[in-house]
Amino acid sequence: MTSVSKSGAARNRFNATNLAVLKPFKFNPAGQVQDLQFSHWLAEFSPRSLLIIALLFLLWPGFAMAQSNYSFAQALDALWRWLPFIVTKGFLLNLIVSFLTMFIGTIAGVLLGLGQVSPLRPLARLSWFITQLFRNSPWLVLLFIVMLALPFEIEIGGEVYPIPDWLKAVFGLALPIMANISEIVRGAIVSVPTGQWEAAESLAYSRQQTLWMVILPQCFKRMIPPWMNWYAILTMATPLISLLGVEEIITLSRQAMEAEDNHPELLVPFFGFALIIFFAYCYPIARLTIRLEKRFVVRQ
Amino acid sequence: MTNSDWTPDQPLVSIKDVHKSFGDLEVLKGVSLDVRQGEVICIIGPSGSGKSTLIRCVNALNTIDSGSIKVEGIEVNDPDLDKLELRKNVGMVFQQYNLFPHKTALENVMMAPIKVLKQSAEEVEERAHALIKRVNLVGKENSYPGELSGGQQQRVAIARSLAMNPDVMLFDEVTAALDPETVNEVLLAIKDLAQDGMTCILVTHEMGFAREVADHIYFTDRGIIVEHGPPATFFTEATDPRTQEFLSQIL
Repeated sequence: MTSVSKSGAARNRFNATNLAVLKPFKFNPAGQVQDLQFSHWLAEFSPRSLLIIALLFLLWPGFAMAQSNYSFAQALDALWRWLPFIVTKGFLLNLIVSFLTMFIGTIAGVLLGLGQVSPLRPLARLSWFITQLFRNSPWLVLLFIVMLALPFEIEIGGEVYPIPDWLKAVFGLALPIMANISEIVRGAIVSVPTGQWEAAESLAYSRQQTLWMVILPQCFKRMIPPWMNWYAILTMATPLISLLGVEEIITLSRQAMEAEDNHPELLVPFFGFALIIFFAYCYPIARLTIRLEKRFVVRQ
Repeated sequence: MTNSDWTPDQPLVSIKDVHKSFGDLEVLKGVSLDVRQGEVICIIGPSGSGKSTLIRCVNALNTIDSGSIKVEGIEVNDPDLDKLELRKNVGMVFQQYNLFPHKTALENVMMAPIKVLKQSAEEVEERAHALIKRVNLVGKENSYPGELSGGQQQRVAIARSLAMNPDVMLFDEVTAALDPETVNEVLLAIKDLAQDGMTCILVTHEMGFAREVADHIYFTDRGIIVEHGPPATFFTEATDPRTQEFLSQIL
């Protein structure tokens, strides 16, 4: 809450990097499913605190106004004109990127997580290493590496297909998501009592059958809240890709502000709007995450 | 999987000079015993004497370091052992029931025969209902384990194991985690099995029960079998001081 008074733009853009991913590495042998700090933090905003934040934003232009003849009303007017463009061309891309990233990250993460609990030692070690590597790397660095390492076009059957920047960004963001999903899967599997493995084994289930018919169905529910938690974190992190020139909401907001002669009064309405739209999207997800978490805890 | 050399007049389970260590701790120091078909044996002894480890070795949940365990002539201490084939013939019931919490009682019973033995669902369901009836749980078919008492869960676990039609049943302190008032219903279910001719190996602390159903009682302490005999003589004519001390504490 204390950071709320900081510039909305800076806060918005680096929101995600201040979170779980940059925390010091902690080995988690007990295999608890990851905590949902981010969702808790987000879900704990009460409607009243939201009102106070909104008031702060309304007061701010009052101070700035004195220095310029460009009025706050004009800035809001400019925002209003650009709004359809920013939302349909910008925010929509953020959402598409978040969906695709989550899709790819989840599939890769589940495979990697299953690799971590594999009885084949080399496979388990390798999966563990990949998981830790991508879980503990700064997202922006991963994004830059993927951006520069992937070709900008590929040739399939004589036809050349360009790879758009946003698709490369999806691959870049999918890496840390994959690693964190991998940990969720591993943690959930390890959290099932060993008695379940033994019971299934003594009924002549093979390891694969035990995993798919007995263990995974039991931990599926446990994986949903942390999975949603990571989706919210990811969505909040998508503005990172504006640093790579992808035309998402922040990039387009800046372009719009440039078109409006870069009046400093535009900063708060435009970035404030980005903040609000992300909040409006992620807040219900966080609330739902916490509700599901509580429900699943009670039923355990 | 029955080994061609094995005939029903030989011991169904034959344990010979089994040694087993966990790290530096040797929990089994040369244990030998035979179980014939239809026989019920009870293994008793103080905590940490290796009883549970021993029966967990019989269905290869634990491996042994040396010695031999043969189930219907199949050597369990064999690196090439097909554990799944072995376990199809050896049922096991645990202290903590270990029912699958996401499945109903009936599904718990039906799952393994359908998925592992690939038997037809209709036939298995018929058998499952009969087993549920046998362990006296009619009406609880669609309850989830979380909705059942410990004693009820344990009886479902027995039915689940029986659904595989095993040749021998292992019971690992199956009443130790139960409330006293539910112990009896589980013991009754086991007694019913024993009288029906099922070969059973029980690790138990229920002396009265052991005396009543066992054909043979083994007393283990610190990894060896100290004394054994039929219940008629075991409880009254124990000669080893360790057995006498244990019995005096328990009885």
